[in-house]
Amino acid sequence: MDRSKALTTLDIVTGLLMAGATAMVFFYAPLEAVMGEVQKVFYFHVAAGWVGMLSFLVAAACGVIYLVSARKDPLKAVYWDRVAVAAVEIGMVFAFINIVTGAIWARPIWNTWWTWDPRLTTATIMELVYAAYLMLRQGIDDPEKRARFGAVYAIIGFMSVPFTFFSIRIFRTIHPIVIGTNEAGAMGAFDMTPKMAQTFIVSLVVFSVLFVDVLWHRIRLAALADKVEQLKLQWESQGGE
Amino acid sequence: MRENTRFWRSMLAITWKDLALEWRSREILTAMLVFALLVIFIFNYALELTPQTRSEVTAGVLWVTFAFAGTLGLNRSLSVEKDRGCLDGLLLAPVDRSAIYLGKTLANLIFMLVVAAIVLPIYSLLYNTNLFLPGLALVILLGAIGYVAVGTLLSSMAVQARTRDMLLPVLLFPIAIPILLAAVKASSGFLQALPFEEISPWLNLLVVYDVIFISVSFMVFEFVVEE
Repeated sequence: MDRSKALTTLDIVTGLLMAGATAMVFFYAPLEAVMGEVQKVFYFHVAAGWVGMLSFLVAAACGVIYLVSARKDPLKAVYWDRVAVAAVEIGMVFAFINIVTGAIWARPIWNTWWTWDPRLTTATIMELVYAAYLMLRQGIDDPEKRARFGAVYAIIGFMSVPFTFFSIRIFRTIHPIVIGTNEAGAMGAFDMTPKMAQTFIVSLVVFSVLFVDVLWHRIRLAALADKVEQLKLQWESQGGE
Repeated sequence: MRENTRFWRSMLAITWKDLALEWRSREILTAMLVFALLVIFIFNYALELTPQTRSEVTAGVLWVTFAFAGTLGLNRSLSVEKDRGCLDGLLLAPVDRSAIYLGKTLANLIFMLVVAAIVLPIYSLLYNTNLFLPGLALVILLGAIGYVAVGTLLSSMAVQARTRDMLLPVLLFPIAIPILLAAVKASSGFLQALPFEEISPWLNLLVVYDVIFISVSFMVFEFVVEE
């Protein structure tokens, strides 16, 4: 399975876009008056959080498609399982980037790396949901059952993700809301200037492209791993030493 | 209509079977109860539950106790079915799979409520507080419904995995967080006699998650027990 031309093109495009977005964050977006340079982490912080959410949504959607299509055509449905695992793994990395960049920002603004704020806590629990997803998969040997249980868990796990997102609105939290109105207790809130908003939108789009690119690579890797597994079985059944 | 009554009757038959089994062996309830009391005693040492600190942490202590005891019961309730091949028997029966799910869930809910009904008076007695509040009872009912609804589904997955007993808490706790959190907040609201407007958002959240967890688990359960 050679790497397709489209994928290579997407790699290059993603690389260029990432460089462009980084340049925009540093040279195009104006310096925030109160927070200074550390505010620039915001563009990638939110973008990474967005990709995290998006991947978990993709995993849940693939779970539904898997369960529906596995009845009709189990062999074809395997594809959706691969996409789901790929999305979960990528989502975990981006959600982690989101937490770490948040901590970097919080150190000077909130004067602490971490606080037991509901928003931060629920975001980390979301990470644990998907760690549990990977553990569940590890505990099951039969690939068909693994895919089925994974699908079920990805669906039910996603139920806790909206909770994460809206926790910022039901709790009193110090985490700022940049889109919409802030609560009185929020620390580190600011209003975006047009240039900031443009940079923000670009970061979101670029991170989404990055997500598609990485997802594609991960799906391809899963397909290759399955192929290797099959070849190994074939070789063993032919009495290979 | 007849199809409908058949569904409810098979569901109640499964609940009845679990209750009868429990009535004869008393395995699950004894273990859950002893465990729950042990957790409370450990908390007593760990948190130094003096009268001042007590009023604030009571809700937390109660829900951690229920959650831990609940996992114990959930694990046992499904591993019994798996080990002795009863699950296969149930699946062979001409019964809707979601009826099996609801029947098991109802039985687990009853176990959890029985444990709560025994733990609450003991806790009240030991710490000389009054936990007999209608509000708290409502929260425990709503919380237990959500917890057991998703717990029964996840434990039927966990018992089929290699790392079975270890797996259930890992799978269940992060998912049950919205339920546990809302339950703790609402319980402590009732215990501190806060005005109802401050408690009602948490009650709403509990009801919403109860509905979500029951309906989703109800829909996907058949995929979990498929052979």
